[in-house]
This record gives sequence, C-alpha cells and structure tokens, in this order.
Amino acid sequence: MTSTEKRVVIPPRVSIPIGPQHPALKEPGMFKLTIEGEYIVDAEVNIGYNHRGVEKLAESNTHIQNLYLLARICGICSATHNGNYAQAVEFAAEVEIPERAKYIRTLIWELDRIHSHILWLGVAFHEVGFDTAFMYTWRDREVVMDMLESISGNRVHHDMNTVGGVRRNVPDELVPRLLRGLDRLEERMKYYRDVVIYEKTFWDRVAGVGILETDVAKRTGAVGPTARGSNVPVDVRFNDPTQAYIPMMDTGDFEMVLSDRCDVAGRSVVRVVETLQAIDMCRWLLQNMPDGPIRERVRPRIQPNEVLARHEAPRGELIHYLVTNGTDKPERIKVRAPTHANWVSMAHTLRGNYLADAPIILAAIDPCYSCTDRVVIVDAEDDTMELVPLDVMRVRANKWYKMHPRREE
Amino acid sequence: MGFLKRLFNKAKVKSPWVFHFNSGSCNGCDIEIIAALMPRLDLERFGVKLVGSPRHADIMLCTGPVTEQIKPRLQRIYEQMAEPKYVVAVGSCACSGGVFRGAYNVLGGVDQAIPVTAYIPGCPPKPAAITYGAYQLLRVLADMMGVEPAQLAPEFEEPAPPSPECGTIETEVAEI
Repeated sequence: MTSTEKRVVIPPRVSIPIGPQHPALKEPGMFKLTIEGEYIVDAEVNIGYNHRGVEKLAESNTHIQNLYLLARICGICSATHNGNYAQAVEFAAEVEIPERAKYIRTLIWELDRIHSHILWLGVAFHEVGFDTAFMYTWRDREVVMDMLESISGNRVHHDMNTVGGVRRNVPDELVPRLLRGLDRLEERMKYYRDVVIYEKTFWDRVAGVGILETDVAKRTGAVGPTARGSNVPVDVRFNDPTQAYIPMMDTGDFEMVLSDRCDVAGRSVVRVVETLQAIDMCRWLLQNMPDGPIRERVRPRIQPNEVLARHEAPRGELIHYLVTNGTDKPERIKVRAPTHANWVSMAHTLRGNYLADAPIILAAIDPCYSCTDRVVIVDAEDDTMELVPLDVMRVRANKWYKMHPRREE
Repeated sequence: MGFLKRLFNKAKVKSPWVFHFNSGSCNGCDIEIIAALMPRLDLERFGVKLVGSPRHADIMLCTGPVTEQIKPRLQRIYEQMAEPKYVVAVGSCACSGGVFRGAYNVLGGVDQAIPVTAYIPGCPPKPAAITYGAYQLLRVLADMMGVEPAQLAPEFEEPAPPSPECGTIETEVAEI
C-alpha cells in the first residue's frame, strides 16, 4: 500500500426493498431504496396494497351509507373523512346546518387532531428508538380517546356526522369533564414539547435530517405539517375556514404554526405546538358552544350539483370532490388524501440521507397508506416523477400477470 | 409426552409472540392492537409480545379485508411462520369484509386466504375486547397443548370479566 496513486472507491449500489411487511411500518407499503454505502440515492415508492375500491363502492351506496364507508377509509383521521363528506353533501344540497352542529363537528375534528398528533409523536419517538417517551405518549393519548368515547360512544370510528348536522349532542354535564381532560392534556403536552426541544435523545436524531426546502415544498405541493415545517403557510383552517372555524378565526386568538427549520425537527415542533393550539381551540369551542338543535332534516335526494369540500385533516389538506345527480346516490366521489400530496416531497427528502434515518423521514410526513393507494415512481437519475395513469398501469399489470399467473383457473 | 415437549408447550402458552399484519385495513384495528399493548391494558403481562418478523411469531393478528394485491403476500407470510401457528382475525373487516364487502378489490375476510383460529369482531374492537380475545385464545391453546391453565399463572384461573363499557364481546374460537 505504498502506491501514491489516488484510489477512487466507488461503493456498490445496493437496492434494499422495505415492505410490504416491515417492523418499522405499521401499514403495507413498499419502498425500494437504492443506496450507495450508507447514503440513499434513489427511492421508489410502491403502494396500493391497501387499495380497496372505496370510491367505486361509494357510487353504489346512498349518501348516508357513504358517511360510514368513507369514515373507514382511515382509522386515524376517520372524523375528517366523515365530516368532510357530510360537508360536501350539504354544500351540494345547499343547506345550512344549525350553529351547534357546526361547533360539535369542529370539536370532534380538533379532538381527532389531538389524538392523531399525539399518536404521531409516539411513533416518531419509537422510530428514533426513544421507547420510554413512546409509552408515555400513548398512555396520555388514552385521555383524549376517553373524551372521544364519552362524546361519540366509540374510540376510533366516531361517525358523529350526518347529512344536515351531527348525530349526538354534547350534554352540558359532560363539558366540565372534557375541560378537565383538556387541562391534563395541556400539562402533558407542554412536557412533551420540552422533551422534543430539549431532550438530546430525540433532537439529535431529527435536527438537520430530511431537509425539505421552502421552494421545493411549494413546487412539489406539500400540504399540512410537512409544508408548515418548511415555512409554507398552507392551512385550510386559516386560509379557507368552514364550519365553526369561521367564528373561531374571527376572534384572532389563533395563529398558524410555522417553522423555518425545514427538517424533521421543524415538522415535529409544528405538530407539538399545533396540538397545544388544538387544545386551546377545543376549550374555546366548548366555552362558546351555542344552544339549539343539532341537526337539520335534509331530503335524501340531493339536487344535481358539483362541489369541492376542503378540510384541514391532521396530515394536511383533504379534498372531497362530489358530483350528485338528483338521486340519493353520488354520481362520482373523489378523495384526495393529504398523504398523496406529500409523497412527492418525501422522495426528495429521502435522497442524500443515511439509510438509518429512512424510518424517521418516512414517519415525518405521517404517512397513511390506507388513505392513499396510487402508484408513484420516482427516478433519481433525471429527477423525474412519474404518476402512472390507470391505463398504463393496467397494461403493465396485464403483462405482469401474464408472466405470474395468480390463480389456477 | 416427554418432559422437554411438555416444557416447550408450557412456554408456548405462557408467552405467545404475536405478529401484526395489516391486510388492507383502515388502521383503526392496528392502533387498537397497539393500544392494548400499551401501558393502560398492557397485554405484555400475559407474556404476549409483539415481534416484527413472522418467523419469530406464534400468532398472527390480521386486520382488514384482504385486498387482491395483498393476498399473495399474506399467504407467503403465513407460510413463513413456524409451526404451530395460529391466526386471529381482528375486526369486522378481517372477520367478514365488514363495510368493504362487495368492493371489487376485496376478498372479504382473512379466512378467504388463510385458515383462521379465532375471530374478534368489532369496528374496531376495543382494547379490552382484544385482550379478552387473546385470553380466550390462550385458554384454547392451553387445552390443545395439554397444559392446565392453573399451572400457568394465577390470572388464568378466573376469566377477567369484560368491563361493562365494552358492550358485548363475542369471541368465537373455531375448531381446527
């Protein structure tokens, strides 16, 4: 080894498939990471294991049945799908729902956000190997689950909304209990905020990891905490408020949570501070809830109309596009879940990072595969992203199945 | 039955390692399974441990109606598990297809793809129901292995009464 000649070592490119079943992922999704040494150079995302055909099934159901079907698109943000569909049908029918129903609907949305963000925080702690805090957060999450159970009767699928209002009232004697629960949650969340910011075990793993620059976030159309962690001010609650968000934003007490760190740490801080803000929002909603009826009767046949309903789900902007045709069934319902909008930016954030950081970067967008079942192929070579259209996919699928017969028939 | 075999059987009932597979579910059942393992109910006190690999697991917890794309993977993962292996269908979707029954990409129930030992219905089943289902499965396992439940641990003598909040819990254990 005395040669003075400079040796160039090219690390071999290795392709590592992750999933569809993998300890780090709770849901089936497949990632093909191409790595050079320890660095990720290419990420191919292959999802669709969760494709159940909800949109097609929804066309054969009535609007009331669809409320329960769409709630089961996703178990973590079920209130958002359920509420947003109810909102879409009300927009199409052009009915105004009672004030109290608006407040209860918004309350469920915000409680759902608290539960989702605490769940995410626990998963993030778990991904960086900080399991003590994981157990703590999940224990405290039970407080908000109990609150949701006491309001709606179910822990996960609340199904509180119906076309024209909500199905259950929040009784007055429940309000002090809910306020006590919110106090306890606030105390614990302040502790977790300090853990996230000052605990080196967590901070050193997330600071400077998975950089998503502001202009890239804008270009790739990131939404939700992923975008707000990169200093892009998008939040439907503030930009285009509906329901009880309108009077809430008129008070001027709430401001959009933004971070200019652009890394996983920024997204974590945004989520934790947003949870504290959601607790304040719930308190405001409970204290200012007007009296009155909770639902308005709406005729089951909805007039022909075409509407777009937006709502800020815990993970970002959720869009339901609904076409009605004068019957009690929808002509077409299209769901665009926030995770789908964030896939594109995620492939960018993965590139150039260590393989060991891949789980926390994947977790940082809070992916929800059950909401998102399409195929995105990302190519590192020319930095292109290919959203495979359905007919191309069908041709490829037919070719593939010709080579791999699935069933003996 | 030899001494070693008896010891193995006792160990299997005492500490079944579970493995969780999402066969196209909405996450509701998954987070409730995790919640059952978390501090409030703490399934780990029964020796139930969540492991990441099917090769380490004795019991597979399946959630969700089986979609067409996940079916071959599910069968492959089932084949990777070591004998004896048991499958528990958690949630209405895993039991029968639930709300997704009739969708074009859904088979409807885990038992359409692989044999199932126990069913825990509910949408999603509460953590208490999952705990109760796990307890029932352990009792059946003890029977099959020829181990007296009382030998295992004091908590096996009296069935834990389901709390009134869980409503009706119907855990059926199918014959193998």
